[in-house]
Amino acid sequence: MKKSKLIGVFGGVGLAALSFLFISADHLDAPSISGTTADIADFFAFQGENQDNFVFVANIQGLLPPGQPTTQAEFDESVLLEFNIDTNNDLKEDLVIQAIKRGDSMYFFGPSAPAMQGLESTIVTSTRRSVKISTKDDIQITEEDGMKFFAGPREDPFFFDLNKYNEIIDGTATAFDDPGTDTFAETNLLSVVVEFPKSMLPSGTTGVNPFAPSTPMYNVWVEAKRKQ
Amino acid sequence: MKLYKLKTLFAVVLTALLFVQCENDDDNVITQITCSDGIMNGEETDVDCGGPDCEPCGETLDFSGTYVQEDQMGRPGINIIFGTEGFKDAYNVTVPSEMQAAFQDKFEEKLLTVNPAYTTNILGLDAEEYTTLLSKDVLWLAQTGATTYSNGTEILTGRALTDDVADASLLWIFGGADGLENPELTNDGVPANDATFSTSFPYLAEPF
Repeated sequence: MKKSKLIGVFGGVGLAALSFLFISADHLDAPSISGTTADIADFFAFQGENQDNFVFVANIQGLLPPGQPTTQAEFDESVLLEFNIDTNNDLKEDLVIQAIKRGDSMYFFGPSAPAMQGLESTIVTSTRRSVKISTKDDIQITEEDGMKFFAGPREDPFFFDLNKYNEIIDGTATAFDDPGTDTFAETNLLSVVVEFPKSMLPSGTTGVNPFAPSTPMYNVWVEAKRKQ
Repeated sequence: MKLYKLKTLFAVVLTALLFVQCENDDDNVITQITCSDGIMNGEETDVDCGGPDCEPCGETLDFSGTYVQEDQMGRPGINIIFGTEGFKDAYNVTVPSEMQAAFQDKFEEKLLTVNPAYTTNILGLDAEEYTTLLSKDVLWLAQTGATTYSNGTEILTGRALTDDVADASLLWIFGGADGLENPELTNDGVPANDATFSTSFPYLAEPF
């Protein structure tokens, strides 16, 4: 989908509050952040192929068409991507994994305790690891201390029939199609992927998730922070 | 390499070995040579730099400064679905511990605007309970076991690439207590991504 068309979609926002539903999972979610190098498109956290590991994925700069827009997209050296991990369910980060670009590489720090909690961060530089930023044809993966790192363009993993949805909201359709059409098909974004041993974290907290009360849970989220 | 340098190197290695031995009463010696262990080892040309595996020595990178938040995300689509005009930017710069107080009532209002017939959903949550859960916008991640946004059995234990989070959200918003209400709105007919994910790192598909 071309960006101009998406902006067209946005033009219909006034019709119904729901028009805003799912531009991507988070991409273009708010006026100030839309389309900037700090605009988070999506976030995933799951158990790795090795079940002793977790995988965190931060996707930014979504809706890149194939070709030049994808090959020329770059991470911003002034934007810190920070994975936050709350282990004791107070909704405050106890550990962070930080990622930021310098030169041709993405540098990673943590998981380690942040210097401060909240809206401001400094980079925890004690243990530094890095991976050369991949291109479409040159895939770079670093494996170090049981961790794995990737940074570069990937296909947008989000899938949803946004166009049909907007038709429903606009009153020109009353139901989704079967099959529907993935509005996000054949678009790319910039992705940062970190895999790390679960043993790097202290235990999670039980009683957090009412649908799995006896399973220890972590609260995790991703932030984009810009250097002042 | 000059002799005194070799001696220094030898002393460093010996010291490192001493550390290993002092710190370990068992056989747990450091076997993995890395660029971040504080020791010059492997093919490094100085401590943790040089050689084929580590960053070049003498390369000073500046990581100083204060970084201030511009965007954040926990669960998929939260700000987009439930954020209300005038509060979407605020949501991105409100820490999770303060989100419920700041946004739960606005989320509940929005939910009932989107689906005025909402009473409870298939998760058994009424409007206040559901929006209380969602207003604290963090992703729960299970320490052990399946990690999925919803696979029909496990609920909100993480988020995998293959999870159909759109359908899950539509079901919880429009599907009613039995999940059977508004069937034309609870399945978008796109059950999977257009590209196939890898089972191995980095998992996401290569770009088009």
